[in-house]
Formats: sequence, structure tokens, C-alpha cells
Amino acid sequence: MAKFMFSKRKKYATIPSEHSKVDVPEGLMQKCDKCHKIFYRKELKKTLNVCPNCGYHHPLGAWERIESLFDEGTFKEWDQKMTTVNPLDFPGYDEKVKKDMQKTGLNEGIVTGHGLINGQATAFAVMDSSFRMGSMGSVIGEKIARAIENAKEASLPFIIFTASGGARMQEGVLSLMQMAKTSVAIKRFSDSGGLMISIMTHPTTGGVSASFASLGDYNFAEPGALIGFAGRRIIEQTIREKLPEDFQTAEFQLKHGQLDRIVPREEMKDLLTTLLEMHEKGRSKA
Amino acid sequence: MKHVLEFEKPIINLKEKIAELKKFTSESELDLTEEITTLEKRLEELEADVYGNLKPWDRVQMARHPERPTTMDYVEHIFTSFIEFHGDRYFGDDEAIIAGIAYYRDQPVTVIGHQRGKDTKENIRRNFGMPHPEGYRKALRHMKQAEKFNRPIICFIDTKGAYPGRAAEERGQSEAIARNLMEMAGLTVPIICIVIGEGGSGGALALGVGDQLHMLENSTYSVISPEGAAALLWKDAGQAKRAAETMKITAYDLKQLHVIDQIIPEARGGAHRDVKQQADYIDQVINQSLKKLSAYTKEELLERRWEKYKVIGEFE
Ligand SMILES: [Zn+2]
Repeated sequence: MAKFMFSKRKKYATIPSEHSKVDVPEGLMQKCDKCHKIFYRKELKKTLNVCPNCGYHHPLGAWERIESLFDEGTFKEWDQKMTTVNPLDFPGYDEKVKKDMQKTGLNEGIVTGHGLINGQATAFAVMDSSFRMGSMGSVIGEKIARAIENAKEASLPFIIFTASGGARMQEGVLSLMQMAKTSVAIKRFSDSGGLMISIMTHPTTGGVSASFASLGDYNFAEPGALIGFAGRRIIEQTIREKLPEDFQTAEFQLKHGQLDRIVPREEMKDLLTTLLEMHEKGRSKA
Repeated sequence: MKHVLEFEKPIINLKEKIAELKKFTSESELDLTEEITTLEKRLEELEADVYGNLKPWDRVQMARHPERPTTMDYVEHIFTSFIEFHGDRYFGDDEAIIAGIAYYRDQPVTVIGHQRGKDTKENIRRNFGMPHPEGYRKALRHMKQAEKFNRPIICFIDTKGAYPGRAAEERGQSEAIARNLMEMAGLTVPIICIVIGEGGSGGALALGVGDQLHMLENSTYSVISPEGAAALLWKDAGQAKRAAETMKITAYDLKQLHVIDQIIPEARGGAHRDVKQQADYIDQVINQSLKKLSAYTKEELLERRWEKYKVIGEFE
């Protein structure tokens, strides 16, 4: 891994204490999910959960992501208090959501807001796959749509990090309709000249990949991320054929023309900074 | 009647009994007119009871009925001079979706819909109405053309869902669906979407962003098939019936969830019992919708479309 990796990131944002409590679990050591090498947790925190040995990108929590990108103290959250209801009266749904709220310290599988990335103002949304697998229900759709509308009003760019297993089953068709809702919002934003950058992280599948995740002016992905619409198992059952190992990875999607770039976590902040600067300069020339 | 659904069996039994009695009366001295009249009255009540109280799973069966009219059946009854056009201009022609232009009461319109086959051979050709990316891209090409030539768009939704195949993923299934959602949001012509059978997941939604969304009484619209939901939620596809109830997928459910505009009634016993009658019901709703939508300017149309989707969803 490159030595310069965090040289440009001058400051860290401070994480509110209730978030850091849950983001830092017990235990001193952690095993890499891929190469199984053992590291100090502190070491992995420094590399933003990327394995120093094999480069595997472990999931990054919503607030860790924000901390890794935004200038210290600049990130302001939107709609923090919005919470999920049970629109279909789906048995057991309330309990499941409550449990994940306690487990993650988040109110839903997404954080939206705005702040400065190396001095560049941007609207922002980041999904967290530790909350109901990042599945999309009404709250996620609503918070994204509002963030995009806010970006449009304030003439800010919009950056989104996706991580989602797809639709939230327990919200049925309302979950499906969030795909439409977010896409309509993006159309309005795009027509107003807004810049949208989508970064797909592991996993970005189902209804999320088939809506806002794929609708950025630039679509990026983290290395090794699973990206696709239908699940591997259902495809294998349907076509009665074993799929290749790299099927639906970020690398596979790049090869098939579905991504602009694969961006390692260590390079993310620099790339976003450069893109934001270029678009801001281009806009002021217009 | 070739296909009898489970819940229709008492009706069929009673009908057979009445036929038997009639035959007996005509062949013998015995006058059973009174008994027949009684039974016919009971049949009337039974039909009203059964078809008036369909459970979600019954409606799933109706939506999947092998004789259920397809997009093409309604195109033939509702429109004139339909001309089908093919191909997405990138890769191929997906016959799981048909697209073309036609007259609707003297007004040129663009008609797009999922197309199932009538038999196995046609179903294989049309991939059982489950599109690949080129299907959505063909649809979008025609929608853009409709916008250019100021033609309203009418979409018929009738698919189990996007095809879960290797090639579909390789050619950007996600992007193709997402692109349609986004572009449909910005088309400056009226878009009317009607679910006529099964409306399954992103494959259905890719033809489903519009100004008015209607569902036939016995159609379904869901984020995943009942079987798929049961497999995911309870690790048991056999619990599809339970999933059909829990997931709220009927026209009545979607009306209650404020997702659709209107429930289009069906001929008694289902759309397949009387295609012409069914086409008339749909025709009336298209006519009303078009009249309403043609009153708006382009800007109003887009603003209302946003307002429509903006409010879908529940939260605190
Ligand atoms: Zn490793």
C-alpha cells in the first residue's frame, strides 16, 4: 500500500461519541476476512479497514466514511431523527429495526448531510450495510430524495456511497417505489446542472444498483465490491450454469463497461477533491 | 374452460350440476324448472361471493392465468393501426417487450408493453415476458421518440420481473433499469402505466414511472414474487401464499398505500373471461387519464410527476 496514502488528509472529523462507541468493538485484534492475517484493530482503523496484507476492503461504517472524507467539524447531518415505521404491519419488522438501531447506533441504514471535502462543499449520503444489510425502505428513499433536493436548492454537488443488499422486503412495494422516487429526484437535479458522483461499495445489489447507484455522472466502485442486480444463486438456478468467480465484482463491472473507475479507499478523498475542484472551476468559467 | 383455478371449483361443480339437470329435463317427462331456477340463483350468489371475496393468493392465480390477455390482446382492441418497431440500436431486439405507435381515438400514441407468449414456443421466444437490458433500452428509445413527436405514452406492465441471467448482468441490467426510471421522470409527454398481470420488481418498474398508474383488479405489483419473498423471509418458497398476503401486492393494497391512481374493474371471473369487455374497461380509463393529463403544460406535467413520487413511502 502506498506510503503517501493519508498525506493529503490533514484533519479528521470528530465522531460524535455515541457513534464511536459502537464503531469500535471490543477486542484488540482483528482477522482479515480474506487472507485471515491478524492485525491490531488500531492498525486497521488507520488503513480505513483495508487489509495491509492483501488489500481487502472491509466494510466501513457510515460515520467512519464521513470521518475519512470530510474536513474536521464541517459535516452537518440532515434528517437525523427520521425513523422507520411499519407501513405493511409486517410481523416482527419493528423489533428488527429497533434491534439494528441499538446495534449500530444509527436511526437507519443511511446518513445524509453536507460538509467540506478539502474545502470543497458538497451534499452527501452514505449507506451503512450493518443496518438491515443496507436494504432500502421508505426512510432511505426519502433521505436520499431530500438530500438531492437540498443539493439542488443550494447548488451543491451530490456524492453518494452505496452499500445495500437491495429492497427492504418488509416494506414491499413501497421499497420498490423508492427506486422511482430517488430516480425522479436525480433527473431534476441532473437537469439543473447538478454533479452527482456515485461510489458503489460492497455490496451494491438489487433495487439500489438498479436506481440511484447507477445514475451518477460518474460511477465508481471500491475494489472487490459485489455489484449487480440479480443474486448469484438465483442466476445459477435459472441458467443452470456455474458462474465465474469474479462474476458481479467491481472488476467484472469495469470490464463490462458499467463503471468509470475502481477507486481504492486510500485514493478516494484525493479523487473526489480533484473532481469537485474541476467541476467548480468549469462552472465558474461558464 | 381449460384452466380451472382451485377457488373456482365450487362454481364449476354447480354449473355442471345445472347443465345435468337441464339435459335431464329436456330428455325426460320430469319438469325440473323450479329446481334449476333455484340452482341458477345459487350460482349467481356463489359467483358473487367467490369473485367478490378473492384472497391475495387467488388474485395471484388470476394474474398468472394461462389465458389471461396480454399486451397485444389489448393493443388489438383498444388501438388502431398499431405498427410495431424493433430493436434497441445497441445490441438486439428483446421480444419480451413490444413497442410501437398507433392511433388512440384519432390521436397518435406510443404503446409499449411486456409481452408474454401464448404458448411454449412463443414464450421461449419472448422469454416469458422477462426482459433483458435491450428490452428496456428499446422501450426508452421509443419513449424518447414519443417525446420528440409529442405522442402520449401508454405502458402495459406484465412481467414476473427482470430476467435473472448471466447475459443480462453482463450487459448492464441495473443501468438499463435505472436509466429508464430517470429518463421517464423527465419526458415531457403524458405517460400512463397500467399493470395488466404480474408487475414484478425492477423489470416492471422500468416501464412504470409515469403520470398515472392503474392496476387491473386482479393484477399484482410487488418488489419480489411471493415465492421469492417466502424464500428470502422464511427460507421456504412453499409459503408463497402467506407471502402474497403479508407483502400487500394486490391492486386494493396498492390503492390503500397510495401507490396507484385507479383500480380497473375486471370482467366477472377475470379478464380472460371477456377480453373485449376488459379492453373496454381499460379504454375508459385511458380516455379519462389522457383527457386529464392533456390539460397540463410540460412544466406542470413534470412538476406533478415529481409530486406524485415524492410522497410515496411512510416514515416518522
Ligand atoms: Zn487480508
